[in-house]
Amino acid sequence: MPLDKFGIAKRIARELRDGYYVNLGIGIPTLVANYIPEGIDVILQSENGLLGMGPFPVESEVDPDLINAGKQTVTTLKGSSLFSSADSFAMIRGGHVDLTVLGAMEVAENGDIANWKIPGKMVKGMGGAMDLVAATDNIIVAMMQTNPKGESKLLPACTLPITGKGCIDRVVTDLGYYEIKDGAFHLLEIAQGVTVEEIKAKTLGKLVISDNLKVME
Amino acid sequence: MNKVVKNAGEAVKDIPDNAVLMLGGFGLCGIPENCITALIKKGVKGLTCISNNAGVDEFGIGLMLKTRQVKKMISSYVGENAEFERQLLSGELEVELIPQGTLAERIRAGGAGIPLFATPTGYGTEVAEGKETRQMHGKMYVMEEWLKADFAIVKAWKGDTLGNLVYKGTARNFNPMMATAGKITIAEVEELVEPGQLDPNMIHTPGIYVQRIFKGENYEKRIEQRTVSKS
Repeated sequence: MPLDKFGIAKRIARELRDGYYVNLGIGIPTLVANYIPEGIDVILQSENGLLGMGPFPVESEVDPDLINAGKQTVTTLKGSSLFSSADSFAMIRGGHVDLTVLGAMEVAENGDIANWKIPGKMVKGMGGAMDLVAATDNIIVAMMQTNPKGESKLLPACTLPITGKGCIDRVVTDLGYYEIKDGAFHLLEIAQGVTVEEIKAKTLGKLVISDNLKVME
Repeated sequence: MNKVVKNAGEAVKDIPDNAVLMLGGFGLCGIPENCITALIKKGVKGLTCISNNAGVDEFGIGLMLKTRQVKKMISSYVGENAEFERQLLSGELEVELIPQGTLAERIRAGGAGIPLFATPTGYGTEVAEGKETRQMHGKMYVMEEWLKADFAIVKAWKGDTLGNLVYKGTARNFNPMMATAGKITIAEVEELVEPGQLDPNMIHTPGIYVQRIFKGENYEKRIEQRTVSKS
């Protein structure tokens, strides 16, 4: 069985290390916060100006002056800090954020990512995505391996306008865990019940099956 | 020295048609609600608005779009707004999209007197087209210019009559940089106090950047995504 979005989030959560400062994008990446392993402390960064993002508030705690980058109401925690957008992106661009998890429409075998624009459709803007992918070395893409039409999102080259060049080195999809290196998607882990044939059929970019291929826990 | 003006109407009264404005806020959080209302009442037109977002249909900058007062938006993300989309597709509205961190830094640079800087953001993408790029320390960077405004309009939590400002929560966002980058900076605050009543250690925006300040009224503080947990 391929993973659902919760399964993808759970797998990515296992990449968290104690003491990490982490930026989670909107969608599946947000769910990673629900699966932080026991004994690991991570601090969540929200690029609109909050370090130490807490859970959603209960009704009586809702504060319109306290939101996350998805414009949802959130809370602070003991030890949280607040700052401007310039400070926030200084943290990001300056390499102080340890891990970024974000979604994508396409990822290419050279590490290019596209997730902000579909030509001919309404363009909403890139928000902070271009800054995040340009800055951090440690980026994980969380996404379904195919689009709603069933077409592979792991490609030889991005067909959509890119968000960043050669910046992605890890992708977790509903089917597997890939490392991008030497111009190929290296399948390191496969989701339980998924076959290598299915992976091959749904990967248009260059695929290398690891000699140590593991079944995802 | 008298920076205190009576209200939003007085604060914006000399903003002319075709002015370049900066408006603070992220989504609807920390937006200068009173000044937006006053600009609509004044009916000033042809505005260029530099703001991270463009409001929603019924609130924030979205209201100024409805009245066709905005010629151009400079933003990082402009979703959640059907009227915006209509004007953009019909060619009535110009839009320049800038990565959020680059937008913040260009504004900061404008206020800090730095006309050009190098950033890795957007290298190899559409955003870098037509811009100078440069290799430094083995990595490629895009050269980006400062942004300045005729009027910067910011919203703070507390301010004193000398223009010192304190923001609350994530309503800070773009407000502090914008306050530095306006030829005239207008601050609207929820609480206006006398000098000495704000702790100097806690000031976010020093008063030197602020030319006009007033106590705003009837803040609605709409929430775009009210998200609550049960327990």
